[in-house]
Amino acid sequence: MKPNRLVTTTILLSLAMMGSTRLAAAKGTTLLNVSYDPTRELYQEVNAAFAKQWKETSGEDLTFRQSHGGSGKQARAVIDGLEADVVTLALAYDIDEIAEQSQLVPADWQKRLPNNSSPYTSTIVFLVRKGNPKAIKDWDDLVKPGISVITANPKTSGGARWNYLAAWGHALRHSGNDERKAKDFVTRLYKNVPVLDSGARGSTTTFVERGIGDVLIAWENEAFLAVNELGKDKFEIVVPAESILAEPPVSVVDKVVDKRGTRKVAEAYLQFLFTEAAQEIAAKHFYRPRLDSVKARYAEQFTKIDLFTIDDVFGGWQKAQKKHFADGGVFDQIYQPGR
Amino acid sequence: MSATATIVAESPRRLAVGEPALVRRLLIGIALGFLALFVFVPVAVVFAYALEKGFEAYVQALVDADALAAVKLTVITALIAVPLNTLFGLAASWAIAKFDFFGKQLLITLIDLPLTVSPVISGLVFILAFGARGLFGPWLQAHDVKIVFALPGIVLATVFVTFPFVARELIPLMQSQGKDEEEAARSLGASGWQIFRRVTLPKIRWGLLYGMILLNARAMGEFGAVSVVSGHIRGLTNTIPLHVEILYNEYQFAAAFAVASLLVLLAFVTIGVKHLVERRYRSRSPDHGPAPGGAKS
Repeated sequence: MKPNRLVTTTILLSLAMMGSTRLAAAKGTTLLNVSYDPTRELYQEVNAAFAKQWKETSGEDLTFRQSHGGSGKQARAVIDGLEADVVTLALAYDIDEIAEQSQLVPADWQKRLPNNSSPYTSTIVFLVRKGNPKAIKDWDDLVKPGISVITANPKTSGGARWNYLAAWGHALRHSGNDERKAKDFVTRLYKNVPVLDSGARGSTTTFVERGIGDVLIAWENEAFLAVNELGKDKFEIVVPAESILAEPPVSVVDKVVDKRGTRKVAEAYLQFLFTEAAQEIAAKHFYRPRLDSVKARYAEQFTKIDLFTIDDVFGGWQKAQKKHFADGGVFDQIYQPGR
Repeated sequence: MSATATIVAESPRRLAVGEPALVRRLLIGIALGFLALFVFVPVAVVFAYALEKGFEAYVQALVDADALAAVKLTVITALIAVPLNTLFGLAASWAIAKFDFFGKQLLITLIDLPLTVSPVISGLVFILAFGARGLFGPWLQAHDVKIVFALPGIVLATVFVTFPFVARELIPLMQSQGKDEEEAARSLGASGWQIFRRVTLPKIRWGLLYGMILLNARAMGEFGAVSVVSGHIRGLTNTIPLHVEILYNEYQFAAAFAVASLLVLLAFVTIGVKHLVERRYRSRSPDHGPAPGGAKS
């Protein structure tokens, strides 16, 4: 063995390879979209459609980079320096955090695009085993003794926060806004949860792959995806009478796009999400579209449901976060691991 | 470890004599049973799942652009981490085994550090140091140097996690071998490099090789630390283990296992290379003997 020659060769080789990756990345414009877990298929299609349109209108080649992970973890990465041109996350609170902790986006980011900057919405529904053996119809069935409920930990998962708030909102509306009764309802609900995964996708896997639990509380799009990917003969979706309007928001990351010179294309990209073409793609991937024309076309897919918003019931994400999910907040009070 | 294995391989008759047949069979039975349960079955499962949707889907999963990029990134990372940590391991164990100096115990303890802290912490350390809000973050941003969420961060985290492997393997070996032969060479007028090449390296090469194999395996397979500093950009900062997790989470089980089977194949290749090198060394220098421990007695 000739260690010196070996070392020189490997170093040269790796430098050459690094060089080649850099060259490949430098061709045309690239946009990095940092998103949350279940949007991969959605953005794959949206990106291809927008890149084509952008090429036609501006003649510029556009390459997309995607990063997916838990919404909170992704926001953290952007704060720590992941250079996202746009963020498309699960909840507004995570982009608020980016604004507050790093000033990469202005505090009023959510007012820059229509519909609270949420081009598509979703809601929280139930996934049950085929034939619905435990006869689960609505929220009240989840707190019955002996029902095993699967949901993720709202402290770590954005999706699970929507689940929690949906249950709370339901209880609040049915008890004449009695906070004590809502707290009692949610306490009983989480008593029925045998395992709290850290992410929404993790709890879906627990339910569908490991076969634990009678009902999974999930995003509507996630439930549709699980049924389509893993078996229409094994699961069915139960839509409660009312639920929360989940608005996954999008934003340009101002400091990054200004530094990289990508503001124009990044803004055009996000505006594209509100066009009929992109709305159609979103609906195809089981996100509820905003545009009435697309809504009408997919009316059959999305069950009519009484939706309340986080602003109506909780006064916005900041308040909900502080009251329910901060350390020592309501969730910490009602849930003791291991019971 | 490799030393005893080679001795056994070279003189099986001498060692086998004297053990009652029942004990021998029992031991072999236990060893094979263990291997079957913990090695053969899982490996078979990986390939069974990987080929679940047919060979074409298997190949498709491997030549997917994101998968290829993950392979490339993993290989680049290992190509940097392995030589670097081999050099470090040699230097550290040489210093510790052949010299006495102040703070030696502290150095030994520090070498063990990456093995004793959780890989997630190892990754977070680099975020805290080089992240946008970290110690050097503002300076790095002002000079447009990207460390975390890019190749340098992944390499740094991998190097950090894997640096004990060669040193850990060599320190006890070199300590047990002592420094008599090096001192003899010195008194005969050999230079430092000559002593290393002609005396020390032949004595430690099996331990060194073993350490490098472990090092390489870990460098390519590391998940936790790399996950923290990667940023998970598809086709750019995902290594093979991260790509496997992503595919698994996206219900693409067959594709996930197909990519995972790459890591298994890599392990086979590593073992194969080890055997090849061993055989070559044995045929080239029969008088030296392959066992590092053998030179001393």
